[in-house]
Amino acid sequence: MSKLTRADVAHVARLARLELSDDELDMFTGQLADVLDHAADVEALEIDDVPPTAHPLPLVNVLRDDIVQPSLDRDEVLRAAPKAENGRFVVPRILGEAP
Amino acid sequence: MSLAANTALAIAAAVRSGATTARQVIEDHLAVVATRESELHACNLVMTDQALAAADAVDAAVARGEDPGPLAGVPVALKDNMCTRGVPTTCSSKILEGWTPPYDATVVERLRAAGAVAIAKTNLDEFAMGSSTENSAFGPTRNPHDPSRVPGGSSGGSAAAVAAGYAPLALGSDTGGSIRQPAALCGVVGMKPTYGAVSRYGLIAFASSLDQIGPFSNTVADAAALYEVIGGHDPRDTTSIDQPVAAVSAELGRGVEGLRVGVVQELSGEGIADDVAARVREATDALTAAGAKVGEVSVPACTFGLSAYYLIAPAEASSNLARYDGVRYGLRVDGEDITQMYTRTRTAGFGAEVKRRIMLGTYALSAGYYDAYYGKALKVRTLITRDFDAAYEQFDVLVSPTAPTTAFAFGAKTENPLAMYLSDVCTIPSNLAGHPAISVPFGTGDDGLPVGVQVLAPALGEAVMFRVAAALEAAAPGKAS
Amino acid sequence: MSKLDGWELVIGLEVHCELRTATKLFCGCPNMFGDEPNTNVCPVCLGLPGSLPVINRQAVEFAMRIGAALNCSIEPSTFHRKNYFYPDMPKDYQVSQYDEPINVGGYLELPDGFRVGIERAHMEEDTGKTMHAGGDGRIHGSSHSLVDYNRSGVPLVEIVSAPDMRSSAQARAYVAELRAILVAIGASDGRMEEGSLRADANVSVRRPGEPLGTRCEIKNVNSLRSLGRSIEYEAARQVDLITAGEKVQQQTRHWDDANGRTITGRTKEEAEDYRYFLEPDLVPLAPDAAWITTVRGSLPALPAERRGRVAAAAGAEPASQAVVTVVDLELDDLVCAAVAAGADGRIALARASNEVAANVDAGRRLDAGAFASLVKLEAGGGLTATQAKTVLGELLETGGGDPAAIAAARGFEAMDSNALDATIDEIIAAHSDEWARYREGDPKMAGFFVGLVMKATQGKADGKAVNAALQDRLKPA
Repeated sequence: MSKLTRADVAHVARLARLELSDDELDMFTGQLADVLDHAADVEALEIDDVPPTAHPLPLVNVLRDDIVQPSLDRDEVLRAAPKAENGRFVVPRILGEAP
Repeated sequence: MSLAANTALAIAAAVRSGATTARQVIEDHLAVVATRESELHACNLVMTDQALAAADAVDAAVARGEDPGPLAGVPVALKDNMCTRGVPTTCSSKILEGWTPPYDATVVERLRAAGAVAIAKTNLDEFAMGSSTENSAFGPTRNPHDPSRVPGGSSGGSAAAVAAGYAPLALGSDTGGSIRQPAALCGVVGMKPTYGAVSRYGLIAFASSLDQIGPFSNTVADAAALYEVIGGHDPRDTTSIDQPVAAVSAELGRGVEGLRVGVVQELSGEGIADDVAARVREATDALTAAGAKVGEVSVPACTFGLSAYYLIAPAEASSNLARYDGVRYGLRVDGEDITQMYTRTRTAGFGAEVKRRIMLGTYALSAGYYDAYYGKALKVRTLITRDFDAAYEQFDVLVSPTAPTTAFAFGAKTENPLAMYLSDVCTIPSNLAGHPAISVPFGTGDDGLPVGVQVLAPALGEAVMFRVAAALEAAAPGKAS
Repeated sequence: MSKLDGWELVIGLEVHCELRTATKLFCGCPNMFGDEPNTNVCPVCLGLPGSLPVINRQAVEFAMRIGAALNCSIEPSTFHRKNYFYPDMPKDYQVSQYDEPINVGGYLELPDGFRVGIERAHMEEDTGKTMHAGGDGRIHGSSHSLVDYNRSGVPLVEIVSAPDMRSSAQARAYVAELRAILVAIGASDGRMEEGSLRADANVSVRRPGEPLGTRCEIKNVNSLRSLGRSIEYEAARQVDLITAGEKVQQQTRHWDDANGRTITGRTKEEAEDYRYFLEPDLVPLAPDAAWITTVRGSLPALPAERRGRVAAAAGAEPASQAVVTVVDLELDDLVCAAVAAGADGRIALARASNEVAANVDAGRRLDAGAFASLVKLEAGGGLTATQAKTVLGELLETGGGDPAAIAAARGFEAMDSNALDATIDEIIAAHSDEWARYREGDPKMAGFFVGLVMKATQGKADGKAVNAALQDRLKPA
């Protein structure tokens, strides 16, 4: 059985900025635990000496030249904004400094 | 004569030669959309005005004696997770409802340059997460062969659009099978390219190291033609292969004499419906009859594919979907402070499956669990690639069912997420390895619904893959009703 | 008696340097300070759905140059995503380098020779800028915030030092020297006031010989002066806590310059979990040996080397204020050229570090030959120091010219000593009371007499010579 608890799910929901009702918390905990149980076959593999593949392609050094390209039109950008003021995006008050 | 039932190549030839106009072609196809869309709901948006304007532009080019492009006048349906400038792009999610991108995806630009006409934005499982299109926030799409059944997912809308005759071509995206599985369930051709063969610039990301855009069509030749238009290096996508697209159309008629075809043991046994398994056997028999050497091969790590995928894909998705936060675009639900705004917006804007995967992915990456889950899954990926590489030393292509069953009923797999995830067991390994694969319709199941057979090839093996697909197509029993 | 007596300060610095590229790290938007908000943005740096990053080659070149200048090993490297939510981050993750940074294991030598270890110098993207509205401009008390993404995606190199510094003066010297190096190699414009160079300080205290204390990070330091003040304040704050029997809590603190204190940031129930994983939209960097060699070979003379050179030419100490000043202001070539032309190094250095330094822009345009001639005139006694400074002023204004001609035009010539003696004697005779007070040691009288002599000679006398002559007359005849 996976060790995933209700508290774990509440924790990751917070990290992901999602709010769950108690019922949802129960439901999701059960469903996520099922998936992780299924993935226990992976967890159980002893493959320490196998290197990870983060990328299917063996590319390196993909770079571009330092040449200015056209930017977007600010009006078009701000039209999509839920709230904008004087050329800037508006957000509700921030509680703390950036980490 | 309506050209609505014709292939893309035939339409393009007719438009290029002046036998018909692009406008006529588009009007004919829009008429098909009008007759079936209220029943099927394959589209989030039908681009009537834009399509007619684009058709007129093609006709004007032809009138001026200019080359209108290899797909001149051909209607193409686009999965609604590809950015189309000035045209709403929603990923079938409330969080992007009404958002209009200020730029075109690279594939959209290439289609336009080829003279193709974008005719619709098609429905999908929200943010491409699902195997039935039941996770769309705007309602499901119905399978044109049987409207009580799902079309598959996540590119269900695109598959249905082609199957229903809205357009001979569509684009979808495939992260764990999201082109191939709906292609199989809808009885059309669907192909996932080698990772990096088609630009992801403008494809709204689900899982960055797995996502690829690919073609839907009624014929293998049409799929090859569409692939040649959209594929090839894009400097705006760092992960795009630094080569021009392979010229695969030329390979189609070469036959399969002497080719070595391996049936993947791990994808053939338990969990595959008997009628599907029977069609796959008939398909390999047909290849033998055509001169191929068919054998069995084991790709052992495939059995861990599902587990590895459901750790890697959600992990990348949890990060890719963080940007939907109500600040710059899309839905915003206000709050007293920014954290409350983020939380209310994302809670209201995302559906259950998306939330599930975001939380699963966040967990797999979180402190203390990274090594056991995400880190391990990346090693499984290496094992799968190694096992495939070993198999390709003995075989030129591999074969398997595309999906374990024919199209299932609405609601049949929604109770238990795992049941739905198992739909992708045959398609996932190719995504993990970054290899190309194609689903070709091959007969029907006992219920008369389409069955698809999957051909897998090594990285950049599109040419041999298309060759075998063409041979299968030629040998396929009568098409599904 | 300082509160810090008996305590050892341990300081490490993380300096973020905005690179002087034309475009941002991952897209072709202009890398420009001060433009209208949200005018230098595109799908990539706004984090629009479907956008993808492509690395700027020039940013990599600058990053490698920084590593080379700081004596680091330049390694193959990868990029990771650092995941957290904040409105100045368009993707709600920052692309940075985690366990495989481009530069590792170097050092920076302060002017006095003290070496500070450099643990790493890695690449990352900058965030946008937030302004807080509805209060006094600070976060606390604001009602809403406004975000500008022009800065989002600007390329940064973060330079992390070892915790080798032991005083706020050393920390200041480190940042000053680092800034000089970054400007010299062209990687940065060094404008701390514009935020192109930002320093965060990690500070802890301990009794000598004891293990390291708990450290706090100080952010929001915008000048060398604030750096010094904030470190002093924070060290004292920690000493107070420990002395009162309390523990220092590991936290991020912000420097409040107006009130001269560090204040705690938002208290968090749990530490941030950044869930680092390899950035799947990028591929690794692996600069080949040829590129690395070219970068190392292309470095200009660094400030330390330049200080040594001009110090040797001028017969001064490399760590002296005059030497540090001329190198800092890139006037060292002027001094070295003068010496090479045969001019007196001490005087060249003095004029450069004072008069020319006061008018740097003009000084950089000053014709080296003219400067050398002027120094020679002064050194040879053809001009007094005062006269030389006046001529130099005119040279700076015009950018060149012939010092001798300028001097002649102004009627400058050195006073010959006989005429000077005669003038001095006349003045003393005319002011016997004041002379008596001078003999008795009234310090104001020296100035009185020098002033009269200067007036009588119409400025042609050399002030020092006059003083010397007056002093001579104190000796018994």
